[in-house]
Amino acid sequence: MNEAIAIQVAKTILVVLLAPLFTGWVNQCRAWLQNRRGPGLLQPYRALRKLFHKDAIVAHRASFLFRATPYIRFGSMVLAASIIPTLVTGLPIAPAADVIALVGIFALGRVFMALAAMDIGTAFGTMGARREMLIAFLAEPALLMVFFTPALISQSTSLSTIVHTLAYQPFVIHPGLAFAALAFLMVLLAENARIPIDNPATHLELTMIHEALMLEYSARHLALMDWASNLKLLAYTTIGVALFVPWGIARAVDGSAIWVALLCLLAKLAAAGAALALLETLSAKLRIFRAPEFLAMAFLLAVLGLLTHVLLEGAA
Amino acid sequence: MALGGPHLATVLVLAGSAHWLAAGLAGLARPQGLLWIARILFPLGALGGLAVAAGGVAGLSHGPVAVILPLGLPDLPFHVRVDALSAFFLVLLGIASVGVSIFSAGYFRAGHGTAPGLLCIQYHVFLASMALVLIADDAYLFMVAWETMALSSYFLVTSNHHIPEIRRAGFLYLLIAHVGAVAILLSYGVLQAGQGDYVFSSMRAHPPQGWWASMAFVLALFGFGAKAGLLPLHVWLPEAHPAAPSPVSALMSGVMLKTAIYGILRVTFDLLDAPQWWWGVLTLALGLLTAVFGVLFAAVQTDMKRLLAYSSIENIGVVLIAVGLAITFRAYAMPLLAALALTAALYHCINHALFKSLLFLATGSVLHSTRERNLGKLGGLIHSMPSVAFFALIGALAIAGIPPLNGFVSEWLLLQAFLATPSLPNSYLNMLIPLGAAALTLAAGLAGYVMVKFYGVIFLGQPREPALAHAHDAGWLERLGMAWLAAGCVALGLLPLRTVAILDPVNSLLLARTLSETAGRSGWLFITGLAPERASYSPLIVFCGMLSVVAATFLVVRFRYNCRLRRGEPWDCGHPGLTARMQDTAEGFGQPIKQIFEPMFRIERQLPTPFDERPAYRATAGDHFWFWAYLPVARLTERVSRSIGVLQHGRISLYLLYSLITLVLLLLVVT
Repeated sequence: MNEAIAIQVAKTILVVLLAPLFTGWVNQCRAWLQNRRGPGLLQPYRALRKLFHKDAIVAHRASFLFRATPYIRFGSMVLAASIIPTLVTGLPIAPAADVIALVGIFALGRVFMALAAMDIGTAFGTMGARREMLIAFLAEPALLMVFFTPALISQSTSLSTIVHTLAYQPFVIHPGLAFAALAFLMVLLAENARIPIDNPATHLELTMIHEALMLEYSARHLALMDWASNLKLLAYTTIGVALFVPWGIARAVDGSAIWVALLCLLAKLAAAGAALALLETLSAKLRIFRAPEFLAMAFLLAVLGLLTHVLLEGAA
Repeated sequence: MALGGPHLATVLVLAGSAHWLAAGLAGLARPQGLLWIARILFPLGALGGLAVAAGGVAGLSHGPVAVILPLGLPDLPFHVRVDALSAFFLVLLGIASVGVSIFSAGYFRAGHGTAPGLLCIQYHVFLASMALVLIADDAYLFMVAWETMALSSYFLVTSNHHIPEIRRAGFLYLLIAHVGAVAILLSYGVLQAGQGDYVFSSMRAHPPQGWWASMAFVLALFGFGAKAGLLPLHVWLPEAHPAAPSPVSALMSGVMLKTAIYGILRVTFDLLDAPQWWWGVLTLALGLLTAVFGVLFAAVQTDMKRLLAYSSIENIGVVLIAVGLAITFRAYAMPLLAALALTAALYHCINHALFKSLLFLATGSVLHSTRERNLGKLGGLIHSMPSVAFFALIGALAIAGIPPLNGFVSEWLLLQAFLATPSLPNSYLNMLIPLGAAALTLAAGLAGYVMVKFYGVIFLGQPREPALAHAHDAGWLERLGMAWLAAGCVALGLLPLRTVAILDPVNSLLLARTLSETAGRSGWLFITGLAPERASYSPLIVFCGMLSVVAATFLVVRFRYNCRLRRGEPWDCGHPGLTARMQDTAEGFGQPIKQIFEPMFRIERQLPTPFDERPAYRATAGDHFWFWAYLPVARLTERVSRSIGVLQHGRISLYLLYSLITLVLLLLVVT
């Protein structure tokens, strides 16, 4: 048990420390694909270090909510990252939150972020909050529906059990999962402010969503918000990895299996990051008015996945 | 009647109700004595609430106890019975009314409208009649209490009766309440199945069969649905809630709507013996429509109390979804799954009683402090009303279903029930019910949108009117009332297993099956639904984990790096001259919803012409039901009564002629 807790803590710290590296990797891949040299893999760390050392500037009208939100959002993302099984299933925290609670924890971070953006009362802040919630009210149900297909397959909403079932059962093709995977990819892009919904590399005023929410933050607050966003991207990617390519994850806490799982995870993340960069390079940003259609599509695909599963495998 | 033992619950509830009636009558002693009524009688009323809640707790731990009261008509004594179902709703009534009564003690003050003494008696009669509805054991007492509840709340809604809109809202409420009451009466008529005995115990002994049972159910669903705000009988809610004083809205929305849920459960699970599967599907479908409709309309409202009223419609929809699932599972003889769904329904009932009352009370404080209900004229109140803002934040997060607060727990239980539906032995339902889960998650997602709008526009940002600078925080009694309800939201959120254990007697009464042994299999920290390997959730661990990470991050950042902070102008992309009018208004925040779901609304736009001296833009989102269902019926009624009015001339000779013709016709019929 103590070993499991040690692994749990180590895994959480590893994920938290790795998150900026993953963002750096995606950015680096994108730079290569666009024939640029890129800033290097460690650039996000340098940015965080710089921000942590600066003096924070907070607007006169900001309330406690504004200053508490970076910590709450960071905390919720760390919690989410600790719940998602990345190296080994059945860790001690797994029973504390299942996939529904995980969606709730993401919602906690998001609602506080939207409220903080409205706190100062700037034009861009409220606009960002409205757009973020617009994306969220479609992305959140889509994410839940994505989770429900594997939950029905494994008869459990616990992410750890789902991953265990999918990784260690005899190989079966679940057609429902294909729809769910596509829907999940769309939700991942939308929730993490990637192209085609939002562009993480721009401050273009009228089209931004995610950046508009963080416009008033500076220094350590901004660093925490950025780090939380990195964590969120990594969390979503590891969810995708865990649900759709779970092979290689360790079944129990034992030495060699964990190292194998770590290597598998790093390889899968490298591939996923490269794929994400490729996807972003190949597609163009949608107009904000088209975003609901994109997300409605994701929602429909997820529901379709669920229906396919119920129709084809339901009685089993 | 011996004190203590099984009779304790009945005694406590009756004493609490009598106490309420006495407190109400004492208000008449000095009808204008505000200090007497507000500072003494309303806090005393809170004691009555405690007694009723204690009676409910006692009733949950004992079996059903029936008592015949020496009241009523000579041959029709009042039958009273406290069983687990009524006890649970009594706990809900008691707990919510304590918070609302304490708040009211600080809230009501001299002004226009009904005298405080009248308000006091109406308020307490309203409370007592709700308690009587819950313990009534015959249709006669039930209907008397039900009508008293409708009438007293009608008077409370119209306490500002000098305003024509409020009189109109009150009339609409009364009208729909009575349409519903007629349906309930008819339902009881079917339920007594020709026995002529309206006591619930004999209805239970001889339940109607076949189509008669279905008719009783549909009538009950319609009748109680009218009180609950079920689509399409919801139109009175968004009119009556804004019209009523805030504590009354809190009680109506938080508690009175639940008495309708109680009625549906009582008829379906207790008085009727074997539900049909399609009753459940009908309830589920109506619940889904109601939930999605309610939340969509909440998203486009600009009046804070109307917004909350539509949100109540949504929450009632959610409760009915759970009730529908429970009926379906029961019809297929799956008691454990039915218990899970019923637990979700009851849990959501008490959650809604807490957070919706809390939010209505918060709007009351805002209304008192700013005299403004229009979201477009509020903003920035977190600075001038910090404690109200804090309690409202708890309520808003709870209603948005954010863990670790209570709204999330019932949502979690309900989704677990949905995930169990593929085991139903009906393949059509297996296919259709996942669509229901999709609609429910959509409503839950939109609820988050609505609450960010509600909280952000009222409490955050810059004040949209200069007068808001003088807003002041609520008094200590108001704060105490809100703190009581907020503490309930937190406690029910953090201790789900304890709550499930408390409401489990209802499951064992209605379904002969309990949930706590499966839900508590992983120990007291976790709630596990059907089985630990299928799902588990531990709000305490989530909360403590979150808290420790936040604290650790804070300490590391504080001591590792500099923590200097400067105050400055907002950045806003470098745009100077930021004014309050640059923020999103409530309309602006709702606009995307209006655009995406345009066919759901009846949108009327008034656009300015290019030559307008003072251009104005106005868009209202109306309710299709009002224009498609209500206005045609109203016109038809008017036309029919006008054609009957032809008979009326006001000349006595004509009326004598009518009597003569009637007499002749009757004689012809008789012979």
